Amino acid sequence: MVRDYATFLWRLYRYSFLGSMKYYVWMSVLTILSLVGLYAYAEQAVSGLAITGMTDQVSWGVYIANFTFIVGLAAAAVMLVIPAYIYNNKHLHDVVILGELLAIAAIVMCLLFVNVDLGRPDRFWHLSPVIGVFNFPVSMLSWDVVVLIGYLVLNIHICGYLLYMRYLKRKPSPLFYMPFVFIAIFWAISIHTVTAFLYVGLVGRPFWNAAIVAPRFIGSAFTAGPGLMIVAFQIIRRYSNYKIDDEALHILRQIVTISLFVNLFLLGCEAFKEFYAESVHSRSARYLFFGLDGYTQLRPWIWFAITIEIIAGVLLIVPAFAKKMSYVNVACVLAFIGIWIEKGMGMIVPGFLPTPLGEIVEYFPTVPETLVCIGVWSFGLLMYSWMIHLAIPILNGELSIRSSLSEIKPGLPEAPVDWKQPRPA
Amino acid sequence: MSNSKKDLPSQSESRSLNEITYSPLTRRSFLKFGAAAATAYTGVSLALSPLKKFQEHISLDEFLQQHYERLTPEKMQKILARIEKEIARDYGVTPRVSDVKPMPGVEYAYALNIGKCIGCRRCVYACMKENNTSRDPQIQYIRVLQLPKGSQDVDKAENYYQPATVPEKDRYYMPVQCHQCKNAPCTKACPIRATWKEPDGIVVVDYNWCIGCRYCMAACPYWARRFNFSKPMLSKEDINTQMAYLGNRIRPRGVVEKCTFCLRRVRQGIQPACVEVCPTGSRVFGNLRDPNSPINYILNNKRVYIFKEEAGTIPRFYYCFDV
Repeated sequence: MVRDYATFLWRLYRYSFLGSMKYYVWMSVLTILSLVGLYAYAEQAVSGLAITGMTDQVSWGVYIANFTFIVGLAAAAVMLVIPAYIYNNKHLHDVVILGELLAIAAIVMCLLFVNVDLGRPDRFWHLSPVIGVFNFPVSMLSWDVVVLIGYLVLNIHICGYLLYMRYLKRKPSPLFYMPFVFIAIFWAISIHTVTAFLYVGLVGRPFWNAAIVAPRFIGSAFTAGPGLMIVAFQIIRRYSNYKIDDEALHILRQIVTISLFVNLFLLGCEAFKEFYAESVHSRSARYLFFGLDGYTQLRPWIWFAITIEIIAGVLLIVPAFAKKMSYVNVACVLAFIGIWIEKGMGMIVPGFLPTPLGEIVEYFPTVPETLVCIGVWSFGLLMYSWMIHLAIPILNGELSIRSSLSEIKPGLPEAPVDWKQPRPA
Repeated sequence: MSNSKKDLPSQSESRSLNEITYSPLTRRSFLKFGAAAATAYTGVSLALSPLKKFQEHISLDEFLQQHYERLTPEKMQKILARIEKEIARDYGVTPRVSDVKPMPGVEYAYALNIGKCIGCRRCVYACMKENNTSRDPQIQYIRVLQLPKGSQDVDKAENYYQPATVPEKDRYYMPVQCHQCKNAPCTKACPIRATWKEPDGIVVVDYNWCIGCRYCMAACPYWARRFNFSKPMLSKEDINTQMAYLGNRIRPRGVVEKCTFCLRRVRQGIQPACVEVCPTGSRVFGNLRDPNSPINYILNNKRVYIFKEEAGTIPRFYYCFDV
């Protein structure tokens, strides 16, 4: 058994380097971008966070903005898990693992974004149990660490177990994964709720200290996440031999449509509350949407985001557009970008401004800061591409325990693939 | 949207894969592996090349140092000696760093007379001198707001007022610093208990435990916390060599700091620097549990209010005015 598993891992390693020219080019580009990010991070390690655009006034910036957005992507995997496992939807059953792998890559990106934001990354171990001191359950940040790591472990277990069983050509035992699937469903909602509570729990920041933040987070997550999946799954089926039914994409499209309108509705609720009965607590919202005291940096961004979200909504709901996949794809990309702006910088920066003492200091991400973000995104995409590259032959049954007859000898290349066509002489 | 064409790998694709898979270890594949490894090595070392400029010294002892509450007195002595050495090495002074403990039966409170303050900012600079805060970039614990007559709205405050003389007509001044809250949002926020309330009511930070996540800064409704985005810069002459571990020692880079009511001074019975320097006597500090203390006199006899009462933070910092 251990031998089988070791063989499995060895084959995954071998398989990672097998691919077409396109695969190599894609992975090389992502690796180079990740290394550029690493370079910028090394610069930050030398100079400190002074290299970023953050200040005492706006003490979180684009790192935490991306973190918040990507937690949503991770949580969105649940929108495949619920129909696939609970309602036994066959179409989504084929893609559910692809969604869970996306969640794994997303959580890794989240942890990276938190890490690059720390003033003292060398002290990260202070968060660990026993040797560190963990302010649980008082601190919402400690909750966030628990739920993110828990979600990562749950998804690694579910994906790893199902893929390994598929590799062994064995029927997975529900006992080993169904309980975790159910836990993961609640857990997915919890990661994004806890991330929202991180902000909601701050009494001195009226823009965040509002009950609507958590529902909005969920609504926007279930728009951006499945939106990304629609596009990603089409790319996957184009560049691999994995079958993904159009039906699966249509279910996802419906999820994106409903969530997008829920998100826009909640945005409207927020706008009504902030501006119909405007008080001192509406200043952050005023700064965001209209500018305050001549500071208008975020205004064009937020209106751009809302505009493209509304365009996405139109494309998704007018039947003439919604039937055509090309329009749906445009809608998904627009919704994704819109939410990235709205829930990233559009959520974090105005929370800090004006400061509790009434000051406005605008925040601009610097070049190194931006490069670090590009690096983390590239690394996440690299990781996802790599996992998909390994998962697809397993799901297809091409890479399995029976596909190779020769004994695996370290150092010697082996044949992992049982192609349906005759082997060339 | 049919993808039937993609069902099976094309002939050429499958052949190339098989060729790669079955090819024995040849000279060519060995060279290819070597080239790939060399490229990877070059790429990673290029990416990490800025680390050559790394200036910070993080010793193993510092890296492994435990949380303040877990330190035995002997360990603390060693740590204090190490910190003294580090400061001597980096700043060229001979500091005396001590771990001043709270006095039993003492609970501090602070009152600021809003009617007397003239906005001269002497407190701001006395505070910097006492607390060894960075001069470049400048870190100040006290922010003096200049408010227009008729408003208590901080959004109408002028933070960077620069008239030739103060006070200005139809303006009043409201200095804000850490309120040492009894229900402190910052200590609740910290994921690793690097900041906590001491028995005498002072909210402190263990600068050697803080990971620099800055969640406490987001949590503070008084904007009282500051972050060392870079290594604090102080010239030799600026440094106050009498330092406290939880108080005014020169902070490392990447950690949060804040007003500690000058704990090094007050725990030895000296008034805080801001109180001492105030030319108008606007500032009063003392022990709440001593019925005869001036702070108790003020709280009992003047008109007193707290800032941002709606936040529910229960500050130890009061604003007062004369009857």
